[in-house]
Amino acid sequence: MLGIPAALSILLVWVPAFMSAALSLTTWNGVGGFSAAEPVGAENYRQIATNYPPFWPALQHNLIWLGSFLFIATPIGLLLAVLLDKEIRGTRIYQTAIFLPVVLSLALIGFIWQLLYSPEQGLINNLFNADVDWIGDSSINLWSAMVAASWRHVGYVMVIYLAGIKAVDPALREAAAMDGANELQVFRQVVFPSLRTTNVVVLVITIIESLRAFDLVYVLNHGRNGLELLSVLITENIIGEATRIGFGSAIAVILLMVSLGVIIPYLAQALRKDPTS
Amino acid sequence: MTSVVPELLIEEQRPPAAVHPARRRRLTFARVCLHVVLATTALVWLLPLLWAVYTSLRPYAETARKGYVSWPDGLTLQNYSDAFTQGELPRFFFNTLIIVVPALLVTLLLSSMAAFVLSRFAFRFNLLILLILTAGNLLPPQVIITPLFQIFRLVALPTFMNSDGTLLNSYWGVFIVHVAFQVGFCTFVLSNYMKMIPHELTDAALVDGASVWRQYFSIILPLCRPPLAALATLQFTWMYNDFFWALVLMVSGEKRPITSALDNLRGTFFTDNNLIAAASVLIALPTIAVYVFLQKHFVRGLTVGATKG
Repeated sequence: MLGIPAALSILLVWVPAFMSAALSLTTWNGVGGFSAAEPVGAENYRQIATNYPPFWPALQHNLIWLGSFLFIATPIGLLLAVLLDKEIRGTRIYQTAIFLPVVLSLALIGFIWQLLYSPEQGLINNLFNADVDWIGDSSINLWSAMVAASWRHVGYVMVIYLAGIKAVDPALREAAAMDGANELQVFRQVVFPSLRTTNVVVLVITIIESLRAFDLVYVLNHGRNGLELLSVLITENIIGEATRIGFGSAIAVILLMVSLGVIIPYLAQALRKDPTS
Repeated sequence: MTSVVPELLIEEQRPPAAVHPARRRRLTFARVCLHVVLATTALVWLLPLLWAVYTSLRPYAETARKGYVSWPDGLTLQNYSDAFTQGELPRFFFNTLIIVVPALLVTLLLSSMAAFVLSRFAFRFNLLILLILTAGNLLPPQVIITPLFQIFRLVALPTFMNSDGTLLNSYWGVFIVHVAFQVGFCTFVLSNYMKMIPHELTDAALVDGASVWRQYFSIILPLCRPPLAALATLQFTWMYNDFFWALVLMVSGEKRPITSALDNLRGTFFTDNNLIAAASVLIALPTIAVYVFLQKHFVRGLTVGATKG
């Protein structure tokens, strides 16, 4: 009963993860079996760092992605959660509207935002009589993508914080209010400190989503010309023009290490805290 | 983490705060501001979708003549039928159906069995297995795609399962990768829920001679309806929304499910924004419908899952 799911996860997730590591030390054009891969040591990593122009920009774009999620989209989500938590009429309607993008795929979001961004037919340029190539101009297109991605991320963060805030003991807040604390003080001194678990969850989700980012930029312009991301570079080496398995795997290993650096400490702490297991 | 299951059950249980009439009136101005802020935000958030709906309803000739930002002379559903036929949407929706439905059912079945074992029996490696399952679900898919692509290319399938004879470019491949990837998350949520079910229930059944299978099937599973409903709505949305797996593992475009097909559709519709809009609305409808009708389950699943990531 436990065997099948565990075997599936190990065979299709963890074995490939380790194979990525092994393949990253080889060179292989993807023809023939795995035995066709020839060992080259750390050559791929050296190439990536010194002789692969898209790598550093892609890394930088991933970091910008993370930064804007963390410092812009997430605080907006938290703010909305706090506002929506007040007992006001219509809160359900507001919540539904802001949450709606979360049920859409990032690929579809890219599709929909073309209607706003396209230079001649798009809503934004027509509305403001502007002449900006929101997706084609490599100096701004990352920010255009960030706006579309944040459209979804804000709702995601909002709903998680909303659940977290609802779980805070209302008696605590009432006591603080009784003692004369104003709303801002209640939030800063009482509500926010008890959201520790929620904060960690939001942080992990935000980091993972930034590392995974792929669909949106791929739909917008196949992740080129200013929209390069690590995930795109990996994929380009499998289904792009040049099949360089070892090289793509080396980038994947870099992404794997960063991801595990976030996932393992988080899960270790989360699972250990659970007294019932 | 211990709060995982209680959170499943909170669901607006907070008693309505006693509101003093006087206090309420004094706050009126602040409340109006609050409503203005929230209503504006909600409208801005809905704008891209409303714009897509509006664009999709306008005849192409009219928007070409008057521009997209203009009052309509007439509205039409023509774009929808054009998107349907030109984009071959039924084919792609069908591909989604035959991948997502089996994957959803198998994921829930396997994860509920795994969760049952993990929560009812104390093995030494329980925590490690849970860690392996859950961490796998959090990895970016791109980390494992390169070897996975090669493995799928080399695994032979009988031609009645896939005419290409490989796991690559087959419905089975995308199906199995969905199951393997999502089973961890579901196991995590379900095992947390099952730990809250008193052991006395299964112990009593054991005394009555019920087998392990029977305990799982007739006692535990029926009690797990709420998390199963939450997971089903959530997983449906996630699998429906998958773009990456099928993009890479389905080499031929016509076998891709609807979300991955967006990559081909972009070329098909090219500069016709009205068709792009109509297709967007059609593709968004299933998940929006699931969300609107099963909102409670959906948000529950998301926040419970979120307690984990």
